[in-house]
Amino acid sequence: MSHDTYGGGVRSWMTTVDHKRIGIMYFVSAIVFFFVGGLEALLIRLQLGSPENTLISADLYNQLFTMHGTTMVFLAVMPLSSAFFNFLIPLQIGARDVAFPRLNAFSFWIFLFGGLFLNSSFLFGGAPDAGWFGYANLTSTQYSPGIRVDYWVLGLQLLGISSIASALNFIVTIINLRAPGMRFMRMPPFTWMTLLTSFLLILAFPAITVGLVMLMFDRTFGTNFFNPAAGGDVLLWQHLFWIFGHPEVYILILPAFGVISEVIPTFSRKTLFGYPFIIYSGVLIAFLGFGVWAHHMFAVGLGPIANSVFSAGTMLIAIPTGVKIFNWIATMWGGRLRMDTPLYFAIGFIAMFIIGGLSGIMHASPPTDLQQTDTYFIVAHFHYVLFGGTVFALFAGMYYWIPKVTGRLLHEGLGKLHFWLMFVSFNLTFFPMHFLGMNGMPRRTFTYLPGLGFDLMNLVSTAGSLLLGASMLVFVWNLVRSFRRGSPAGRNPWNAATLEWSLPSPPPHYNFRTIPEVGGRDPLWRPGGAEVDPEDPTAPEPVMPSPSGWPMLLALGPVIAATGALLSSLLVVFVGVAVVVVSVYGWAFQPLER
Amino acid sequence: MTSHSVDAGASRYEPTTFKVKDKKLGMWIFLASEVMFFTGLIGSYIILRWGAATPWPVPGEVLNVPITAGNTFLLICSSVTMVKAFAAIEDGNQKMLKVWLLATAIIGACFVGVQAYEYTELVHHGFLPSSGLYGSTFFTMTGFHGFHVTVGVLCLLWVAIKAFRGGYTQADHQGVEIIGLYWHFVDLVWIILFTIVYLI
Repeated sequence: MSHDTYGGGVRSWMTTVDHKRIGIMYFVSAIVFFFVGGLEALLIRLQLGSPENTLISADLYNQLFTMHGTTMVFLAVMPLSSAFFNFLIPLQIGARDVAFPRLNAFSFWIFLFGGLFLNSSFLFGGAPDAGWFGYANLTSTQYSPGIRVDYWVLGLQLLGISSIASALNFIVTIINLRAPGMRFMRMPPFTWMTLLTSFLLILAFPAITVGLVMLMFDRTFGTNFFNPAAGGDVLLWQHLFWIFGHPEVYILILPAFGVISEVIPTFSRKTLFGYPFIIYSGVLIAFLGFGVWAHHMFAVGLGPIANSVFSAGTMLIAIPTGVKIFNWIATMWGGRLRMDTPLYFAIGFIAMFIIGGLSGIMHASPPTDLQQTDTYFIVAHFHYVLFGGTVFALFAGMYYWIPKVTGRLLHEGLGKLHFWLMFVSFNLTFFPMHFLGMNGMPRRTFTYLPGLGFDLMNLVSTAGSLLLGASMLVFVWNLVRSFRRGSPAGRNPWNAATLEWSLPSPPPHYNFRTIPEVGGRDPLWRPGGAEVDPEDPTAPEPVMPSPSGWPMLLALGPVIAATGALLSSLLVVFVGVAVVVVSVYGWAFQPLER
Repeated sequence: MTSHSVDAGASRYEPTTFKVKDKKLGMWIFLASEVMFFTGLIGSYIILRWGAATPWPVPGEVLNVPITAGNTFLLICSSVTMVKAFAAIEDGNQKMLKVWLLATAIIGACFVGVQAYEYTELVHHGFLPSSGLYGSTFFTMTGFHGFHVTVGVLCLLWVAIKAFRGGYTQADHQGVEIIGLYWHFVDLVWIILFTIVYLI
């Protein structure tokens, strides 16, 4: 075991450019934000547990559902996927780091600062309260005076910088830093899905940036983009938001697909069934994902032709998604299943994702959608795909890869307890929402009257959500316990096939002393296993990029500028810009290796 | 190539690295994102303008087209000087590299200066970002372009400093090529903006 992988004090973490440390920092931050978003959800559920409840005011309720959505999407699930990208991609492709290690550190810091910036709104006059979708003209100064929406507008732009920089980094890394012999069609499926997700981020995020910029100018400089009185177009916002927002759905789910495509073959002792189909259907999903945004807008009246085209496009996505599901099941078929916790979560994922996928096909049909839109049926649907789908898959990935990160196994019994608690309570929380939605309970309202037939289902859902919260505590306990007294993982506790498992756990800071060579898919399962000893002691120790404080300082600049914009203080904005300029020049003239 | 990158020279397998180097590939991908950004801006402009209920001002009614036409010519010239800078270092000509880089930065700065003058004049005549959809779209689109030119000038200055320190050689001058890619992109965007905002 390498002594210097995670050694050093706080300062060494603040200046690190090591992809593994950055991955761990993403993980810790994302888990903390996941709990913040979870607490917001619990408050929402407690309020809705009984009719005409007065626990939470309508105003606070609006803040809570806005921040719950924004936090879970931008501060919990995306960064959690990012934690996996960071830790795993260089290891999976046989590289020593990402293409731009300092840019990678910058991406992390601006994500963290952006997230703290957004959440600091709770302390200063209230959090954003116009929904995570921020529909115009609810966000205009007329209907949202004060700085709550400004927090949201500026915070999301900061997070956008992080996503774009990180996606660019991973595209270049995956294209250019693959080990010899690691052709595209030999890459692990998780690496493939990371590549596709990064392209989606690069191409989709600018659409919301344009929308946010217009909204910011409307609020600050009096432009009229979303002001109908001056000829502006409120629907333009919905288009811009969903041109980003729908690919965003795939940004959240494709990494999960990648995790599942790694976990299932490992625990079935069988190579992935239909590898090319898994990859190409991922490509197709990413491509089609750009052409279906208006299915979020069936209710605004785009006309029958537009609705039909977007409806058909949406239904088409079911085909490549179905292909993947059949391939995963076919991988397990006839395999020697090893029923460890990661496989539990992976199978849970398949089951829950199918339910969410099927309800998705239901409201791909505009007439059906008109009945369901803005009801709890939609809430049920997207929690089945995002929680039942992505979060289950990410837990499968955590139980699978955390031993590689820490060098210690998680406890199997606690893991299975976590799974069953989470599985049961998840369904208890969200399945009743299908019925609530069918019975007409609207979303985003802070209470309801008794006697409408909503009481029992809401009570069940609230009880389920408390249990769901408790299941997360089991996970945290398991994690803490494994740091203290988990059994050592060794190099390859699951007997898995990809390159990261050829290294010690945790890997040394340079990953591979000798760059591996790859003669085919599943390299460690090939005759003779890894073809190159990655720890050949006769090879010289590689020189790695030196730590740098500039990325963190550079990330501070835009946050200072955003604070200045919030305070309407041009001076503070200029301080932020000055920090940016100084750190860019400092960074640029500092050699990568010193 | 930095030492942490993969050295595929000695392997019996084919190298998997693309012929395009990391930083240049990174710039191309960044530009893909930029294309989407300006597509969003221009697409919104098209929707707002051709969906507007009130008539849109005809060219020349509000904006001073001849001055901006001259400014457009300036910016196109700066693309030529950028190409010259790149060609100079391809030939190993250090002196002309510095000359052409500085010329590009200066012309770029002049473009921003003329744009600032244009804005001041417009504001004097009461034309503001809040002046209807026309003002909103005009200032947002040209403003973002001007911001891109400003960033480009700052980057050009950095490349020029490095050139004066002898940081580029005939064999290795990736920085000049990368800033060139960005600069030509910004130039191209302006030609589109000038056409749809000033001429049509």
